[in-house]
Amino acid sequence: MLATEHLIEITYLMATALFILSLKWLSSPVTARRGVWAGEAGMVLAIAGTLLHKGIVDYKWIAIALVLGTIIGVPLGKVAMTAVPQRTALSHAFGALCVTLVGTAEFYLQAPNVPAFTMGVLSLEVILGALTFTGSLMAAGKLQEILPQRPITYKGQNLVNLGLLAIAIGIAVVLVRHPERMVLFPLMIIIPLFFGVMMIIPIGGADMPTVISLLNSYAGLSAAAMGFVLGNKLLIIAGALDGASGFILSVNMSKAMNRSFTNVLFGAFGQEQKTAAGATETRPVRSASPEEAAGILSAASKVVIVPGYGMAVAQAQHKVRELYDALTKRGIDVKFGIHPVAGRMPGHMNVLLAEADIPYDKLLEMDEINGDFPQTDVALIIGANDVTNPAARTDQNSPIYGMPILDVDKAHTVMVIKRSMGAGFAGIENPLYYMDKTLMLFGDAKNFVGSIVREIGGGHN
Amino acid sequence: MKLDLLTGLYVFMMAAFIGFEVIRRVSPLLHTPLMSLTNALDAIAVVGAILLAGEGKSTLATILGTIAIVAATSNIVGGFIITDRMLKMFKASGPRKP
Repeated sequence: MLATEHLIEITYLMATALFILSLKWLSSPVTARRGVWAGEAGMVLAIAGTLLHKGIVDYKWIAIALVLGTIIGVPLGKVAMTAVPQRTALSHAFGALCVTLVGTAEFYLQAPNVPAFTMGVLSLEVILGALTFTGSLMAAGKLQEILPQRPITYKGQNLVNLGLLAIAIGIAVVLVRHPERMVLFPLMIIIPLFFGVMMIIPIGGADMPTVISLLNSYAGLSAAAMGFVLGNKLLIIAGALDGASGFILSVNMSKAMNRSFTNVLFGAFGQEQKTAAGATETRPVRSASPEEAAGILSAASKVVIVPGYGMAVAQAQHKVRELYDALTKRGIDVKFGIHPVAGRMPGHMNVLLAEADIPYDKLLEMDEINGDFPQTDVALIIGANDVTNPAARTDQNSPIYGMPILDVDKAHTVMVIKRSMGAGFAGIENPLYYMDKTLMLFGDAKNFVGSIVREIGGGHN
Repeated sequence: MKLDLLTGLYVFMMAAFIGFEVIRRVSPLLHTPLMSLTNALDAIAVVGAILLAGEGKSTLATILGTIAIVAATSNIVGGFIITDRMLKMFKASGPRKP
């Protein structure tokens, strides 16, 4: 009897070690796949250990659920790389759902005699779980463009949201003192479920990378709380690791946008620009044809390509790879400058470029590439706008003032592929387009890059 | 399996510190796979759900536990598959075919 229990604990201990190794190996692309194997091994061990538990009397439902979960999980693992952000949001929702359901079941098993400590962490578990569940579903909906991406705001929104959260916490406090008031429990789930929806409504598409990371952190913390409820150290550790990871990523993302957490959550981005968007000038810009662009690119010795989400929307990454190949073949040094918020979630742009077979050592982060721009002959911007806006450095009145940007304006020549002169995603004027060294390449990113490649004549042979 | 609050907090704190130190070293290049991997690992919550679904303490617990297993398992399976798919695509330039 005792032996089984120890055996289970040993599998959990080994799983813990494997999980930490898994994250450690993820630090470099060379060892990263080993990290996945370590994670899988830890998971299999922990599940096998759990199945040995002597308290389990019936394996029927477990087996059915494991099979069903696998059937749902496989297609979710095979989505297109452009759809990874919404898949990730959806998986945060699933994780939070699991935690909330387990918490609910645990409450009704123990009520009305729930010890104060258990009730406290259980409340934390279901409140975080419930708001992460609906919040993540909303985020997934916005990313999948089922729901409107525009922030929806109304007067007193923050007051309503904070009020909802305060009520949920108030109920939790009452339940800790009087767990026999079981009628309150459903309210403690319903209100955070509602709060999760209200929390995401005012958040616009540009803030999604931060929000996804934050929801990731909540999902982790709710799982850790569940570990406290069940007295399971493996769960506490896995939850803490996930929570830490989400927290680090959210801090990174807010820094990259020069915003604070509170600003992202409570200050819908869409409202701030209204002051700046008013003055649309009709200053002259210089435009160029694919032939001219190809000529300048072929004559360069150092080129930096700056891709934005617009490149992914236009499905231009494979054409960009052809351009990379054509230029590299001519002995031109080509690198990619990646802004932390390029894409719809942290690191998304790197995945999209890696999928197009661009070697990862050519993908440089903002801090690494910024020193190179003064020695760069051509900076080619494809589908990126705000992250290249020099107003962020110079114009104190700009809504994005202070946001770290890629210093493309320091390159000798700047080329921007863009559909039209219309203002960008956030509706902010970009003075870069009016500089003397800037050439605007008007057209669809995929077609335009394709034409440049044909002109250079190295793409297909 | 009882766990007192203090031991739990010690475990949580240590894990959070290890998490910060290990994850800070993950290159921004791999932040998307990082998120999908931690998501899969987080689905270890399935162990709690398995006990609920198997112990048969109440019908409600069995039902909720079963649904929870489905949700967590889909995260485990989907999360590991997509993480590996992404990581497979990251190649160094090295000697490339002409």
